Amino acid sequence: MGIVSPGFHGRPRASGVTLPPGQYLTEDFPVLSAGPTPRVPMDRWEFVITTETSREHRWTWADLMALPSDTPTVDIHCVTKWSKLGTSWQGVSLDTLMSDVDTAADYALVHSYGGYTTNLPLADLLDGQAWVAYRFDGEDLHPEHGGPARLLVPHLYFWKSAKWVRGIQLRFDDEPGFWETAGYHDYGDPWREQRYQGD
Amino acid sequence: MARAAVPGRLTWRVGRLAEARAETPTARTLVLDVPGWPGHLPGQHVDVRLTADDGYSTQRSYSIAAPADGERVELTIQAVPEGEVSPYLTEVFSPGDPVEVRGPVGGWFVWRPAAMDPVLLVAGGSGIVPLMAMIRARRAAGSRVPFRLIYSVRTPGDVYYGDELRRRARDDAGLDVTFAYTREVPEGWPHPPRRIGVADVNTNGWPPALTPDCYVCGPTGFVEAVADILVALGHEPRRLRTERFGPTGG
Repeated sequence: MGIVSPGFHGRPRASGVTLPPGQYLTEDFPVLSAGPTPRVPMDRWEFVITTETSREHRWTWADLMALPSDTPTVDIHCVTKWSKLGTSWQGVSLDTLMSDVDTAADYALVHSYGGYTTNLPLADLLDGQAWVAYRFDGEDLHPEHGGPARLLVPHLYFWKSAKWVRGIQLRFDDEPGFWETAGYHDYGDPWREQRYQGD
Repeated sequence: MARAAVPGRLTWRVGRLAEARAETPTARTLVLDVPGWPGHLPGQHVDVRLTADDGYSTQRSYSIAAPADGERVELTIQAVPEGEVSPYLTEVFSPGDPVEVRGPVGGWFVWRPAAMDPVLLVAGGSGIVPLMAMIRARRAAGSRVPFRLIYSVRTPGDVYYGDELRRRARDDAGLDVTFAYTREVPEGWPHPPRRIGVADVNTNGWPPALTPDCYVCGPTGFVEAVADILVALGHEPRRLRTERFGPTGG
C-alpha cells in the first residue's frame, strides 16, 4: 500500500468494475495528441502494409469500405489514466488485411498521417485483437479522435491505437515509435501498468 | 517528428507540501519537496498518486509550473467540480502532508533553454501551467529567445499568475504577453469578449517565416481551434506541439 495522504477518501468504490491499476473511469472521450489534427482528403487516403521485403499492399478508402467489417465493443485505457468501458466501433480486422500478406516479421511500426508512429509486436495485431476502425458509437470517426480511420488495439494503452493511421511497416526488429522514444513503454500493457520505460 | 529521449526508470517518490498559494478562488499552486527528484524540463508533467486509509489509491497527471529547482516541484491545480482528486489537492491537502509523485513524464511538449528559435505560447485557461514553466525557465536560464504568449481566459478573475505575468512582460526583455477574454473583459478593454480568432493569432503571434516553435495547451476544443488556425496561417505542423486537457480530469 502506498503512503496515505491524510484526509483523502476518494470516490465511493465502484462495485463490479475492475480497472487496470492506476486508472479511473470516465464517461467522456478525452483527446491526447502531440500536434495539430491532420485533415486527410478521402480521395487521397490510402492504407499501406509494407513487409520486411518491401512488398507493399495498398487499400484506397473504397477498397477498405468493400472489406467485411467487425463491430467490436471494447474497453479502452489511456496512459493519462482514464479508462472508458464498452466503447462501440466499426472497422476492418487486421486479420482480414493481413490475410494475403506473406511475412516472417515479428514487429510492426505503425505510421500515421501527420508523422506519428508507434511500435508493437505483430502478434498483438492479429487473432481478433486489432482493427482499422472508421466508425465510433455509430458515427463516422471524428478527426480529433483519429478519423477518417485509426488503429484500434484495445488490449494495450491507447497511444498504441494510432490515430489517422496510414500504414504498417513489418519489421524483424522493434523500432520505437513516437511516445516510445519519448520515455513511454515499448509494449504498454495496462494490466501490468507498463506506462513508462522500465515499468 | 523529432525524437526526444527521456531515458531511465521512473520511480514513485514521496513528496510533502512545503507551501501553497491561491492563484484564483478555484486554483492553487502546490510547492512540493520531493527528496531525490531528478529534475525536469519546462513543459513536462508528473503523475500524482493519492492513497486513502483503506488502501484505495488513484492517480492523476499534472503539469509542472516552474523550472527545475533542486528537489522542489511546483504544480498548479484547478479544482474540477465533482472531481475526485483536485478538490482534495486544492482544499484539503495541507503543509507537511505526503503525496506520491513520479516523473518527470513527457519528452515532447518541452522547451529546451538552449533552443534558438522564437517561441509562441498559446494558453487556454489552466493550459497556462506548462507554458508558465517555459516563461520562468527562459528567464532563469538567461535566454534571449523572443517569446510571445497569448493567454485566453473566460474572465479577468480566471487569470493565473496575473501579477507575475504583467511584471515579466515589463521586465523580461523579449517577452510579450497578450490576454484574451472569452466571457467577460476588464474595465476599459477595447472590445467585447470573444473567442480567440485568426486575427488574434496573426497579430500577436509570429510570422511563419520566422519558423517559431509553437506550444498550444488548453481544453481540447481550444487546442483544436488554435492548432487549425496556426496551420492555416502557414505554420509547419511539425513545429506545433500540443497538450490537450480532456473534459474530465478531476
